[in-house]
Amino acid sequence: MSTFDRATHEIHTRRWGRNLGLGIVLVGFVAVVFGLTLAKVSTGANMEAFDHVARPALIPAE
Amino acid sequence: MTDASLYDRTAEPEFGDYVTLLKPRVMSLVVFTAFVGLLVAPVPVHPMIGFAAILFIALGGGASGALNMWYDADIDAAMKRTRKRPIPAGLIAPNEALGLGLALSGIAVVMLWLASNAVAAGLLAFTIFFYVVVYTMWLKRWTPQNIVIGGAAGAFPPMIGWAVATGGVSIESLLMFGLIFMWTPPHFWALALFMKSDYNDAGVPMLTVTHGRDATRRHILIYTILLVPTALALAFTAVAGPVYIATALVLNAMFLLGAVRIWRRDDAACDADSHAVEKKFFRLSLWYLFLHFGALLADGLIARLAPGVF
Repeated sequence: MSTFDRATHEIHTRRWGRNLGLGIVLVGFVAVVFGLTLAKVSTGANMEAFDHVARPALIPAE
Repeated sequence: MTDASLYDRTAEPEFGDYVTLLKPRVMSLVVFTAFVGLLVAPVPVHPMIGFAAILFIALGGGASGALNMWYDADIDAAMKRTRKRPIPAGLIAPNEALGLGLALSGIAVVMLWLASNAVAAGLLAFTIFFYVVVYTMWLKRWTPQNIVIGGAAGAFPPMIGWAVATGGVSIESLLMFGLIFMWTPPHFWALALFMKSDYNDAGVPMLTVTHGRDATRRHILIYTILLVPTALALAFTAVAGPVYIATALVLNAMFLLGAVRIWRRDDAACDADSHAVEKKFFRLSLWYLFLHFGALLADGLIARLAPGVF
């Protein structure tokens, strides 16, 4: 019984570690996308793209 | 080729086992050379975009590592050095590694495209394809020149870094590619001369076994002779400065001398000094690549932070 308890406990610890790791990776990914957005906006990247309707703002100035 | 039933998951993996699947040591070389390629490019990159680009290049490298481990699980299980990798150790199922590798490849390429441009993303996609399909699936088990082909996959990162900044390919980035490409064979074959490897038992042809040790010594010299002009040609481009020129002159003279010394030896001489010359050459090869890219980095930083010093 005690062996079973310990085995279950170990699996839970490993799963917890894995979930925590994945959580950190996902939060990190969100932070990178957010940071990229800030960088792109601040360097003046195009804010709009073609969206099946005419967009005068996208036409380069003559 | 992997057979799922051979490597059933027998234990609960930890987070670190998934990290191991991405070959973090290979990733560190990818990060370093991609960073140098990005920094020496003539177009400045926003630090956040540069950071994200390097991150996704590294992720792409890691993804190809996972796909390599998926396909090569049978080789890994047969060799002592790799037997404890997550798949042969029964920690991660082969299909899980395949899924992770494919998913991360897609994420890395798309995110690199969004962060930088299509050329960089295309080069990353090609690198992953080249390493996984051309090298791992096709040539690795077929020809003893596998080291040469595998070297090309490792040589792409500085080109990708350069493309992140410039959006293209140029002579400088091609020469950085050539430097790693030409460096890889002498580096690995020197290792193969003094390391007892079980590659052959695992069905991977190694030059030392298929063509003999004398042929390997000759190959080391030939590739070193081809490497020297590649490294020196880089000195004549805009990315190199005095630090690179001095470094390249000294290191290439030393490297060529080492290759000639190896070429003039035979097995008796190797046994007599327990491969001292080969081991020295291998250690030098590690410094060779690190210092060449370090010198490019130094010249790039000097040009950027203190223009007009030289």
